[in-house]
Amino acid sequence: MLTIVDSAAQAVEPITDGSTVMIGGFGVAGQPVELIDALIEQGATDLTVVNNNAGNGDVGLAKLIQLGRVRKIICSFPRQSDSYHFDAKYHAGEIELEVVPQGNLAERIRAAGAGIGAFYTPTGYGTPLAEGKETRELDGKMQILEFPITADFSLTKALTADKAGNLVYRKTARNFGPIMAAAARTSIVQVSDVVERGALDPEVVVTPGIYVDTVVSIPDPAVGHA
Amino acid sequence: MTSMTKDAALTPEQLAEVVAADIPAGAYVNLGIGQPTLVSNYLTPEDDVTLHTENGMLGMGGEAHGDEVDPDLINAGKIPVKETDGCSYFHHADSFAMMRGGHLDCCVLGAFQVDRAGNLANWHTGKPDAIPAVGGAMDLATGAKQTFVMMTLTAKNGQAKLVENCTMPLTGVGCVSRVYTDQAVFLIEGDGRVVVRETFGCDFEAVQELVPFPLERSE
Repeated sequence: MLTIVDSAAQAVEPITDGSTVMIGGFGVAGQPVELIDALIEQGATDLTVVNNNAGNGDVGLAKLIQLGRVRKIICSFPRQSDSYHFDAKYHAGEIELEVVPQGNLAERIRAAGAGIGAFYTPTGYGTPLAEGKETRELDGKMQILEFPITADFSLTKALTADKAGNLVYRKTARNFGPIMAAAARTSIVQVSDVVERGALDPEVVVTPGIYVDTVVSIPDPAVGHA
Repeated sequence: MTSMTKDAALTPEQLAEVVAADIPAGAYVNLGIGQPTLVSNYLTPEDDVTLHTENGMLGMGGEAHGDEVDPDLINAGKIPVKETDGCSYFHHADSFAMMRGGHLDCCVLGAFQVDRAGNLANWHTGKPDAIPAVGGAMDLATGAKQTFVMMTLTAKNGQAKLVENCTMPLTGVGCVSRVYTDQAVFLIEGDGRVVVRETFGCDFEAVQELVPFPLERSE
């Protein structure tokens, strides 16, 4: 059932130590900045985080990593020019890293939301990232078996929600939002605006409300760091 | 035999023009981060090429500047870009399904090494202390109908980047169909044969000297 809360702090309140948390965004687009800040403030630790990257600069996910609150990160591209907090934790052996090809990451998240037990894909076959994975020749191609990535919570950003929880996004800020909302047991979404039922054209809804548990309105969201 | 000189090599811009001329009209194309991005400068409206960016857009336009910059509109290199008429947005799983499902006609990628079997190494140097980071390279290399590589023929240390067998960790197996370098264009035939389609300011023998396995001349 959809809950519309008044603050980002209320939205992230249920996140407990040891949770797996998916965090949306690619670069600055779609970063749920206020929800991540609220999670930093909230204090949950020993987290497994699923994101495309491993934080930039000193804020957001990078801050969460710097504070030692992330036990493991599942991502496609951790190393960046300003991922120094992740780099330090990684070299010190203080964070576990699972690197996943970006399409496998997206499809494993999608699979979790769609109830798919596992799938075969050629992506990654013959590379170090396929080591130890089951392989099979299908359709004349060698493929590897990949499993869904499930999560306890997702933190994502959309442009507008209606009071049925239906979401629309803006441009490339959509990125991981729809698939993470579907994959997480509890999906938490920040939006710029909450409108009445009937105010969104049903033909343009991207994420139907069935995937959305908690919505918080953050009218002028900060632009993330990346 | 012509001796190899620096002057014989194409600039990255000249090479980008060569690659652009080989992209079929009407194609859906993904240009990798870095040098391959230059190819877009040589595509014309008449080519009717649609650019895909894996963070979730088809019909990507050029780089945005000044007032045009919108933090919600970036490319896979996280650079602000513009829309084109007829563009569309979609989520990450749909975006990668376009590659993985074989819908993209062509991708252009950089490389550390390509070998005669068309194996590609472009994501990890293999140094033990390096943090692995792959992004969408494996999906692109394996999923696009054709994978073109754009690189210098030799590394800064003088070693050939077109090799008998890749020694660096692979990105994809047997996925590369053409290699565009500053010295020559190579066609990877898929059966271990590599044909030199054209050379730039040097001859076949000079290119062969740089490559550690036997090349074939184009007919």
